[in-house]
Amino acid sequence: MTTNNENKKTKESKISFKFNAQSYALIIALVLIAVLFAVLTGGEFLSSRNLSNLFTQMTVISVLAIGMTFVIVTAHIDLSVGSLAGLTGGIAGILHVWYDWNTGIVVLAAVMVGALLGLFQGWWVAYRAVPAFIVTLGGMLIFRGILVGITGGQTIAPMDQSFRSIAGSYLPFSLGYILAVSGIILLFFFTIRRRARRRELQLQLPSPFMDFGKISLYAVGILLVTYILSRYQGIPLPLIIVVVLGGIFIFVSSKTAFGRSIYAIGGNKEAAALSGINIKRNTFLVFGLMGALAGIAGIILTSRLNAATTGAGDMYELDAIAACVIGGTSLAGGRGYIVGSIIGALIMVSIDNGMSMMNIPTFWQYIVKGSILIVAVWVDIASKNKTSASVA
Amino acid sequence: MDRKFALKMMNITKEFPGVKALENVNLKVKKGEVHALCGENGAGKSTLMKILSGVYPFGSYIGEIFINDREVQFLDIKASQEAGVAIIYQELALVPEMTVAENIFLGSDLMRSGIISWEKLYAESQKWLDMTGLDIDPQMKLGDLTVGKQQLVEITKALTKNADILILDEPTSALTESEAEVLFSILARLKERNVTCIYISHKLDEVLKIADSVTVLRDGQTVSTDPISNLTENDIVSKMVGRELTEFYPFEERPFGNEIFRVNNYSFYENETQEELVANVSFNLRKGEILGVSGLMGAGRTELFISLFGGYNGKKTGEVYLENELISINKPADSIKHGIAYVSEDRKRYGLVPEMNIIKNTTLASLDKVKKNRLLDADMELEKAEEYAKKMNLKSHSLEAFMSQLSGGNQQKVVLSKWLLTNPKVLILDEPTRGIDVGAKFEIYKVIVELAKEGVGIVLISSELPEVLGMSDRVMVMSEGRITGELPRTKATQEEIMKLATIGSDI
Ligand SMILES: Nc1ncnc2c1ncn2[C@@H]1O[C@H](COP(=O)(O)OP(=O)(O)OP(=O)(O)O)[C@@H](O)[C@H]1O
Ligand SMILES: [Mg+2]
Repeated sequence: MTTNNENKKTKESKISFKFNAQSYALIIALVLIAVLFAVLTGGEFLSSRNLSNLFTQMTVISVLAIGMTFVIVTAHIDLSVGSLAGLTGGIAGILHVWYDWNTGIVVLAAVMVGALLGLFQGWWVAYRAVPAFIVTLGGMLIFRGILVGITGGQTIAPMDQSFRSIAGSYLPFSLGYILAVSGIILLFFFTIRRRARRRELQLQLPSPFMDFGKISLYAVGILLVTYILSRYQGIPLPLIIVVVLGGIFIFVSSKTAFGRSIYAIGGNKEAAALSGINIKRNTFLVFGLMGALAGIAGIILTSRLNAATTGAGDMYELDAIAACVIGGTSLAGGRGYIVGSIIGALIMVSIDNGMSMMNIPTFWQYIVKGSILIVAVWVDIASKNKTSASVA
Repeated sequence: MDRKFALKMMNITKEFPGVKALENVNLKVKKGEVHALCGENGAGKSTLMKILSGVYPFGSYIGEIFINDREVQFLDIKASQEAGVAIIYQELALVPEMTVAENIFLGSDLMRSGIISWEKLYAESQKWLDMTGLDIDPQMKLGDLTVGKQQLVEITKALTKNADILILDEPTSALTESEAEVLFSILARLKERNVTCIYISHKLDEVLKIADSVTVLRDGQTVSTDPISNLTENDIVSKMVGRELTEFYPFEERPFGNEIFRVNNYSFYENETQEELVANVSFNLRKGEILGVSGLMGAGRTELFISLFGGYNGKKTGEVYLENELISINKPADSIKHGIAYVSEDRKRYGLVPEMNIIKNTTLASLDKVKKNRLLDADMELEKAEEYAKKMNLKSHSLEAFMSQLSGGNQQKVVLSKWLLTNPKVLILDEPTRGIDVGAKFEIYKVIVELAKEGVGIVLISSELPEVLGMSDRVMVMSEGRITGELPRTKATQEEIMKLATIGSDI
């Protein structure tokens, strides 16, 4: 290992700028969208009430996008998540309203059903080698069909208070601020520790200005959001669910052999296989996880709507996939970021929400979101071509 | 000004984030000559050629390029092609799903003008294939050809562009000897047509055979340019590594231990066609022994060992013993658990994960070894990666570099590190020094001998006869999926091996 020290020094700032430009891009996009809608709605978009609404709305897509990140990282796709969230939400509604099961057990049942159906699809993909695109396209129809079948096409409502509170409760102000501040402290703590660690291990360090600049921005963002949300009713519980799930999945992706394996599978399946990684089992499990998350999404959805409908979750797969791609996950596999996907989800939902506020007809929303998906994938591919040209 | 130079690259400097790949490099190539470019892995050869071919556009480097004494500034690959520069990359750039003919004319007017005339396409391809002396049906799917043949198709493709300057970046590393001969005759014909060739290779015997002059790069700087008549192989080597290198194979006699690996009556069948790829093979390996495996390309060596390792689906019969115990291997994980490692000949396809950095690639096959409390531990990963990078003399600006930022030879070192980290009892090396420079080869041979001394049983599959002869205690020769003979070190010669390697085949 020969390291060219003088070069490293002079180059440091340049590299870190490049890296950060990438991660800033998402945040800048988000801010631009917020400003745009704020102007177009006369400030209404950024009102406490609407932001509270927005963060609750975003949770379903975020939860799906978290799972979708893993699916796409393994170079697969899951088109059934919208239907599956609808179905699990419907099952939850039936058990809860028709059979009077209590909320805790209903939640468990919905997650289990989601996981099992996810595993079922994973089995076809992993062990029967049917392309995920086809399996989950089939699943999309099957799950929707089952949903319509078991509900008899009716809307199931209303849920009782305990069930509604899953998506409808807010943290008390004090607790909200405590969480926000401890979150920020942790953020600084981890960054400082990571920098110390990297210095000790003599790895390249992004310039402190960039590193701390970024987390300071995050900190300001967190405080601002907490403040605005507190002016309404406080931090919505589902937002906490997203943060916790996001944390768990980040942990899994960076600290476990399973997480490493799925990135390797997506990056180079053959090399991963020869390195002793069990391709089939890991793929199978990824779809299982996706299913379980669809179950959680279904619960939140039913709770938020205070009803299980046959159309619930329709086309959410599109939002989830777009969220991942916007967040930097590569459809070719091997690359994907949970945080990116969550921010991507926020972007997608903001567009939805903003356009609704402006009373733009639904058909326009479809057209805009479809276009965004195409452009986001194109950006991914175009940047890929650029790097691979220098690889050749 | 001297008008004889087809190409002059003056004071070229190119930096990547964190590395200066080239510094004030000068390259002057005379018209119509074969000009070899030599240097260690990471010396900057490929980078220099990518600048010439417009992959790294004007503005991303410092310096001047003159073609026929006119300054050129290429903004992309197309611009360099229009100026008569064609490049054949180290890694293949063809479409395996398309026919040979389509690949040859991909992107040319023949394929672009609205409606494709297939007759014309095939006829034109046939003409070019005849010219290069390649016996290939243009309607075949490219992916069905051997890697060597694909490489020759790529060269044919470059010729159709009527290039004045043809760059070949390690063209022969995947070619058999006879395919290499075909290539050399093509080069001879090109020379008659006054085409200038820049030839990058780590095989110095080839360089001596076909080049007219040689430029040597070291650490991104020009060392010298000489006509070939002034140079010996040793001269080139010492210019490349910056010191005298007298010894090429650090072989040492050493005592062997007990038998560690034995294969009895082993056959392997292709999964779909049921064709017998490996037929009734038996051999054994002792602790500390280096078993060379020789044979022509397609002799079934790779099939034998990948299937033993568990990397193929398909029927297997016969027995495998590890330390006198019958073992059954169904998948690579079984092999790794038993302490068997296989280093593939095709690092891009079977070795590396391009989206991962050096550290993660190194630990990929031994994730259990870098865990603390059942979780991956970044420090341990880094420690291991660093240890092996040092052992392998890996050249990279950072251990967090991605595979695409490493030169070909250094990528190979990462693959080797990955498998050494699994701490194997039996190490199967399939063409381990492909694309590796002489100095690094020597380092790798030293590692192999060290491992053997520690009692690891080593299988060395190699198409380079001098390597097999120089490094093996015993040579096993295969042909047509069978073992046709075994020679102890003392009896092994090129002639004997070639005789055994051609038994049953039609060459
Ligand atoms: N895209 C890149 N980003 C960063 N560094 C790079 C990149 N490409 C090459 N390098 C570095 O530039 C140096 C020269 O690499 P290059 O590929 O030109 O070597 P080479 O002489 O062709 O070696 P080999 O014989 O192994 O193919 C190496 O140190 C390599 O790590
Ligand atoms: Mg190279």
